[in-house]
Amino acid sequence: MNIEELEKKSIEYRQKLLRYIKNAGAGHTGGSLSCIDILNVLYNDVLNVGPDNFEDKNRDRYIQSKGHSVEALYVVLADAGFYPEKELETLCRYQSHFIGHPTRKVPGVEQNTGALGHGLAISVGSAIAAKKDNLDYKVFTLLGDGELLEGSNWEAAMIASHYKLDNLVAILDYNKQQITGDNEAVLNSAPVAKKMEAFGWAVKNVDGHNLEELVETLKRTPLDKDKPTFIIANTIKGKGISFMEKNIKWHHRVPNDEQYLQAQEELETSMENLLKV
Amino acid sequence: MSQVKTTLKEGIPNLEAFSKSVQELAENDKDIIAVTSDSRGSGKLMPFAEKFPKQIVEVGIAEQSLVGVAAGLASSGKKVFAVSPACFLTARSLEQIKNDIAYSNNPVNLIGISAGVSYGALGSTHHSLHDYAALRAINNIIVVAPADNYETDKAVKFAAESPFPVYIRMGKKPMPYLSEKDDFEFGKGRVIKDGKDAVIVGTGETVWPALKAAQYLQKRAGLEVGVVSMHTVKPLDTNLLTELAEKYPAILTVEEHSVYGGLGEACAAFFLENGYNGRFKIIGIPDEYTVTGSQLEIFEHYGISGSGIASALLKLIK
Repeated sequence: MNIEELEKKSIEYRQKLLRYIKNAGAGHTGGSLSCIDILNVLYNDVLNVGPDNFEDKNRDRYIQSKGHSVEALYVVLADAGFYPEKELETLCRYQSHFIGHPTRKVPGVEQNTGALGHGLAISVGSAIAAKKDNLDYKVFTLLGDGELLEGSNWEAAMIASHYKLDNLVAILDYNKQQITGDNEAVLNSAPVAKKMEAFGWAVKNVDGHNLEELVETLKRTPLDKDKPTFIIANTIKGKGISFMEKNIKWHHRVPNDEQYLQAQEELETSMENLLKV
Repeated sequence: MSQVKTTLKEGIPNLEAFSKSVQELAENDKDIIAVTSDSRGSGKLMPFAEKFPKQIVEVGIAEQSLVGVAAGLASSGKKVFAVSPACFLTARSLEQIKNDIAYSNNPVNLIGISAGVSYGALGSTHHSLHDYAALRAINNIIVVAPADNYETDKAVKFAAESPFPVYIRMGKKPMPYLSEKDDFEFGKGRVIKDGKDAVIVGTGETVWPALKAAQYLQKRAGLEVGVVSMHTVKPLDTNLLTELAEKYPAILTVEEHSVYGGLGEACAAFFLENGYNGRFKIIGIPDEYTVTGSQLEIFEHYGISGSGIASALLKLIK
């Protein structure tokens, strides 16, 4: 998929995830908007996975450790053809499979997640299995920056480098905010790059909203042979909607009617501007 | 009590029986993987590690990741035995067990080594007297405590092929073979000894003292006391419990676990809901700062011994 098509997808995904959050009356708006460009690039240009090969042992795996940004995942999986998008109208409704964190009851979801600090260890296990089976699939996992405070990540990070898991790529959605406020103020996890390097990972910083840079980087993993890859995707919480950007109130706020219309208008303008170019 | 002789065939610790069984499995199946948290020695897996170096994954002293990594391996087609002391495995990694194993249905086999009070005088940090209670309340995990080497072997081999997660806990004391019957089935209690006057329902390493108590009461008091090994604590064999309730006027449960939330309370709930009106008692570790001692001394202290169970039963039916 070329970059312009990807840019268009990113706007469409934002429109959709806001629509389903609004419809459900629940959702992690800010985080879904910050990671949607990463998911777009992964599912449309990087991962060898789709409805046709989801049972294939050698498919690439994507495990969303920051499970709360599930609306981004659901929208992208629908677009990948795992289920009709219409099903998202049941998001968070009584008896729906589309709950507020990833569940395997939804086609295309690799692992049930939601409690923070679990996805990396599971990804490590899956990457070790690939090595044991001499399969060349890769395992991608998306971590939140607040999530890095969970100690279990650092256990898993040591295990990954010990086993030289160059088939493992962890992407940090580094929007630098968590539910209470800025990472720095809540509990500072910086400097992340230095820490991960010290834990034996190959680390690269990218602009998490620059699709070209994301494609280029995520397609060229591992960064180093014999090392797991850590991509620090610098993002903006609430990206794409002016009044949500970097505003912690939007961690899991649902827009009211007026806010919703304004947000969709802004995205419509972004789309018009994109198509003009 | 010391004069009561048993003619049981000698066995080895259930942990060593587990090690033999898992080696047998690995011999013919390269998908068998043992995951350890610096625990291959205490898990009796040194011979496994030497024979199958490609089938052991060491994660270091990191029990949370032991379970997470095991989940990832299982989801990618491996038949995984995650082996770690029961005290750490079912407490420190409880959230990983709940989410990554049970809720996600990644069919990992969790092996809780040196369970209950096997670590004796090492103290409460090393005891697992909460594991039945914690895991019983989690959907989609089978909880098993084999009584002897036979049950251990069967449990391990069943678990390897189980599409569901299984937790098996075992101790490190040599256990005799308690029965010659080849009748192990997951979820089905085993009648080790038939009786008439009362029945003792035990699980894990308490079945042996239960059998001693029954033999003692037969010899000294002329009582016919049945003994059941309820190796599968969850799901509970309610068919067998129904039969026991119909047959016996008194039922005593015994377990190497807190009296809260374990086998006894599970049986009590079933009996009460189903109108059992006989006498009933739970023996286990009371809710207190556990006494210091070896496993055997702790057992004796809390009446989990042939004489302790026998006197509790006599009081119950008096």
